Amino acid sequence: MSFLLPCPNCGPRPVEEFSYSGEVTERPKERPTLRELATYIYFRRNVAGVQREWWFHRLGCELWFQAERDTRTNDVLLTELVEPTVRQES
Amino acid sequence: MRLPPKEGQRIDRERPVTFSFDGRRVEGFEGDTIGSALYAAGQRVFSRSFKYHRPRGLYCCSGSCPNCMMEVDDVPNVRVCAEPVRGGAEVRPQNVFGSLDRDLLSAVDKFGGPFTPVGFYYRTMIRPRWAWPYYESFLRRVAGLGHVHKHGRRTGRYDVEHRRTDVLVVGGGPSGQEAARRYAGEGHQVVLVDENPYLEIDEGDFEVMTPARALGIWEGGLVPVDAGRILYRFRAEHIVVATGAIEQPLVFPGNDLVGVMLPDAVRRLVDDWAIKPGERAVVLTADEGGREAAERLRRAGVELAGVFDLRRERIREIAARGRKGRVRSVELDGFHLKCDLLVMSGGRQPAYSLLAQAGARIEYDDERGVFSPIEIPDGVEAVGAAAGDGISTAIPAATYNGAAGKDKCFVCICEDVTDKDLKRAIAEGFDSIELAKRYTTVTMGPCQGRFCQVPSIRVYGRETESDLGRIGTTTARPPWTPVELGLLAGRTHEPAQRTSIHHRHAELGAKMMWTGTWRRPHSYGDPEAEVQAVHGAVGIIDVSTLGKLIVTGPEAAEFLERLYPNRFGDMKIGRIRYTVLGTDAGRIMDDGTIARLDDETFYVTTTSTGAGAVLEWFEWWNAVWSMDVEIVNVTGALAAVNVAGPRARELMGRLTDLDVSNEALAYLDAKHGRVAGIPSLILRIGFVGELGYELHFASPYGEYLWDTVLRRGEHLGIRPFGLEPQRILRLEKMHILVGQDTDSESNALEANMPWIVKFDKDDFVGKWALEHVRERGPRELLVGFEMEDGRVPPEGAQVVLQERRPAGRVTSARWSRELNKVIGMAWVPAEFAKDGTVFYVTVNGGFEKASVHLRPFFDPDGERLRS
Repeated sequence: MSFLLPCPNCGPRPVEEFSYSGEVTERPKERPTLRELATYIYFRRNVAGVQREWWFHRLGCELWFQAERDTRTNDVLLTELVEPTVRQES
Repeated sequence: MRLPPKEGQRIDRERPVTFSFDGRRVEGFEGDTIGSALYAAGQRVFSRSFKYHRPRGLYCCSGSCPNCMMEVDDVPNVRVCAEPVRGGAEVRPQNVFGSLDRDLLSAVDKFGGPFTPVGFYYRTMIRPRWAWPYYESFLRRVAGLGHVHKHGRRTGRYDVEHRRTDVLVVGGGPSGQEAARRYAGEGHQVVLVDENPYLEIDEGDFEVMTPARALGIWEGGLVPVDAGRILYRFRAEHIVVATGAIEQPLVFPGNDLVGVMLPDAVRRLVDDWAIKPGERAVVLTADEGGREAAERLRRAGVELAGVFDLRRERIREIAARGRKGRVRSVELDGFHLKCDLLVMSGGRQPAYSLLAQAGARIEYDDERGVFSPIEIPDGVEAVGAAAGDGISTAIPAATYNGAAGKDKCFVCICEDVTDKDLKRAIAEGFDSIELAKRYTTVTMGPCQGRFCQVPSIRVYGRETESDLGRIGTTTARPPWTPVELGLLAGRTHEPAQRTSIHHRHAELGAKMMWTGTWRRPHSYGDPEAEVQAVHGAVGIIDVSTLGKLIVTGPEAAEFLERLYPNRFGDMKIGRIRYTVLGTDAGRIMDDGTIARLDDETFYVTTTSTGAGAVLEWFEWWNAVWSMDVEIVNVTGALAAVNVAGPRARELMGRLTDLDVSNEALAYLDAKHGRVAGIPSLILRIGFVGELGYELHFASPYGEYLWDTVLRRGEHLGIRPFGLEPQRILRLEKMHILVGQDTDSESNALEANMPWIVKFDKDDFVGKWALEHVRERGPRELLVGFEMEDGRVPPEGAQVVLQERRPAGRVTSARWSRELNKVIGMAWVPAEFAKDGTVFYVTVNGGFEKASVHLRPFFDPDGERLRS
C-alpha cells in the first residue's frame, strides 16, 4: 500500500500516516438478537469494489473521516467529514 | 595489459589504485571498477554458480547478472563489474568452498545431475524430519549468495527522503534526456535518475541524480530511488520510463562458460577500460549488436575466428565446449572453432518491467520477436527502446539451440535453471508460465528476469508448441533491482518515551525496563524491600506514563456513560470511579480511573500503553455520535506520582496546606491543591492497596516535586519503588492489569468485575454482548490462587484439572513476603471459581497444587485503603 489519501484537513498525504478502521458499519438501534449482534460485530461485506470506510489521521491532525475507496485498485473516490447525525433523545 | 589510450576511456593511467582480492594485491586505475581491474589483472573466474558451483565470469558487465557478485568490505552480493575501485578495499569471492578456481562443490555439477533436478529440495531431504535443521543449514551454506555476518555491524547510516516533482525521468539515455529537456522546456520541474555514475548529460534545465536506481513503480505513483545511502521516495505527477532495452543471451549447451559474454560487456571492457577481452573470438548474433561487437573486437586486435549472423545462417546446433569451466571452442553443426571468447547476442528486449508494474499490458510482438508494453496507464509514459522504438527484429527460432547429450544449457544463470528443468516442469504439469516460475524459480534470481524472462518463454513456447503471445509473461513486481535491506529499513528509530523524572531514576540506580515505548524503573535494586516500605512506611512511584485525557463539554457525562459500562451522570464533583473500557463485543480494551472535576469536565486516566488507542477510540465514537464534547490528550503535559503507605497522610501534611484528613479527602476523592508549592490534582486512589495519593501536575516540575517528596519523607522511611514491587503490591490486592491478566477475549463479567457493569443503563458500548454473557452465564472466571508448596509458576502456565485436562492459564504469579505465600491470578472454568477449590498448575513439567482464593489476599475489606 503506498497510495495517497486526501485528508479533509491536511490534503493528500501518504497512506502510512493514517490508521484504517474498516468499512462503515451500522450499529443496531435497539437490542439486537444474538445473530444480529454477531453480524454487526464480525461480518463485513468485504466487497471487491467501492466501499465506504473509516480512516484516522493518526500521524497528522487526528481527525476521523470517511473515504470511498475501490478495494481492487486503491483509487480513492472521495474523502469527507462525517455529517453530524440527528440524534435520538434518550 | 591494457590497450593503448584512446578518447572516451574512463581510466586515468596516472592514478593507480590498489585493493586486496582474496588476500592478493590487485592494482587498477582510477575509473576502473573492481571487476574491470580484476579482469585486467588476468582474473577470469569471478564466482561460482548458485546450485552447481560452476565457474562463472564477466557476462553482462552492466551490473545486472549474478556472475560477478562478491563480498566487498564485508558487504555481500556486490556486483564488482559496476562497483568503482576503492583503494584498500577488501574483496572476497562468495559461495565458494575452496577457491574460485578449485571449488569442492563443483562435484555437484559433475555427479549431482540426476540427484538434483528442479525442485529437488521440495521432495528430498524431507525425512527423517528431525534431520531437517542439518539439511537446512547445509543447504543454506552451499546454495545461494553472499554470507551475512551474524555479528556484523551496520556498515553505515541510511536515510529516507520524500521528494516530489512534476516529472520524473527514469533512465538517462538519449530518449530519456530528450524527454527531460522537452518537459523542462515547457516549464516543468524535472528530475532524471540513472544508475550509471559516468552518465554524460548535455546541459539542460533539470536535476540529474546518478548513480541512482529506480526500484520500481508502486501504487500511487511512488518511485523509490536507491541512491546508495539515501532512499528517495519520489512522487511525480508524470513518470517517464526510459529504461532502454536489455541484450538477450542465446540458449545453447555451455552458454554459461567463462568467456561467453554479451556485446555490451565487450563494449565496456574495450571502450571504457581499454581491456582486450580475449585473444580469439567467435561471435554469434541474432541482431546488429553482435556485428558491432565484432567490429570493436577487430579494432582491439582480437582475432575473429568467425562471425555468424543467425538471421541469415541457419545453424541447427550450437554448443560451447570448455575446459575447467572456460570456453575453449564452439561447435556449430559439428564444425569446431577454437576460441577463448564467445560473444552472443539474442536481440534486444525492451526493459518493460517498470511499465508493467505501473499497470501496462505486455504483448508479444510477432513481427519483431520481442515483448513490448501497450496500454500504458495515465501519468506514465514510455520513451525510446523501453517503448519498443528502434528495436530490431530478432529471430526467436535462432535463439534456442538446446542439444541433447551435450553440456548443460542454461535458461537462467542466476538460479542455475536449465532447459531440461523447464521441460521437466512442463512434463510434471506446471503448464502455465507463472506456475513454472514458482516451481523452477526461473526469473526469481538477482537479475529479476532481465536475462531469463524472454529465453524461458521461448523454451516454453517451443516445448508446449504454443504461441508466445498466448503464454504471456510472468507478473513484474517491484523491486526491479536488488536493494540493500538497510536502505529499506532506513535509519533505525527505536522510539523511547521517558518521563520528566527519568534522570532521577537513573541517579537512584534504577534498573529500567520497557513498557510499550515507555522506559520505566523495574525497581531500585531491591523489589521486596520496596514492597515492605510501602506496607510499613511510605513509598513513591513515578506514574507519569499513565494516559491522561480531559473530556469536557455539556455532554461529557453522557458521552462517558455511553462509552463505559459504569455510571457517571450521578457522580458528584470531586469523586473518582474505577472503570473498564470495553468494545461492542464486550471485550476489555483498557482500564483506569475517571474523576469528575466539575459539571462538564472529567479527568480520565488510561493504562500506560493504552493512551493512544483510547484517544483514537474516544474520537471515533465522537465522530459517530457528534456530541458536544472536547477530548484533550494531556499525557505528556502532566507528570504524576503515587505516594502510598500508612505514613502517606503524614507526609502529605508536610507537603500541602490542604486538609488531607480522611474526612476532608476521603478514599476516591479528587481535589485541586498545591503540593510542595506546585498546583496539583490530588486523586486519593489505592492501586497498591495502601492509603495513597496520586498527584498529577505539570511535567516540568517533575524532578522538583520528586526531590521534595523524597526529602520531606526521609525521616518517615520513604523509598522510591518501581514497577516490579508495584506488581507484587497490586497482586496482593488482586487488582488486575489489563493486557496481563486479561486478553483480547476477556470481558468485565468473566474478569470478575460485575459491579462495574450497570445493565440498567439504556445503552453503552458492549451492553448487548455483556447481556448475552450474563444470560449464558460465565464460562471461565479470573480468580486469585495460592500455591500449596510455594513454587512460583511461570506466567502463562497451564491450569490443569484433576483428570489432567488443561482448563485455563496463570496470568500473574509472585511470591509475597508480606503474606509469605506464592499468590497469583488465573483463568479457571467457572464451576471451579469457589474459595478453596483445588487445581493444578504446570511448573517445570510437573503438576503443583494450587487453591482458589476469591477475595484480595491483603486487606480484603479495604480498611487500610480507606483509613
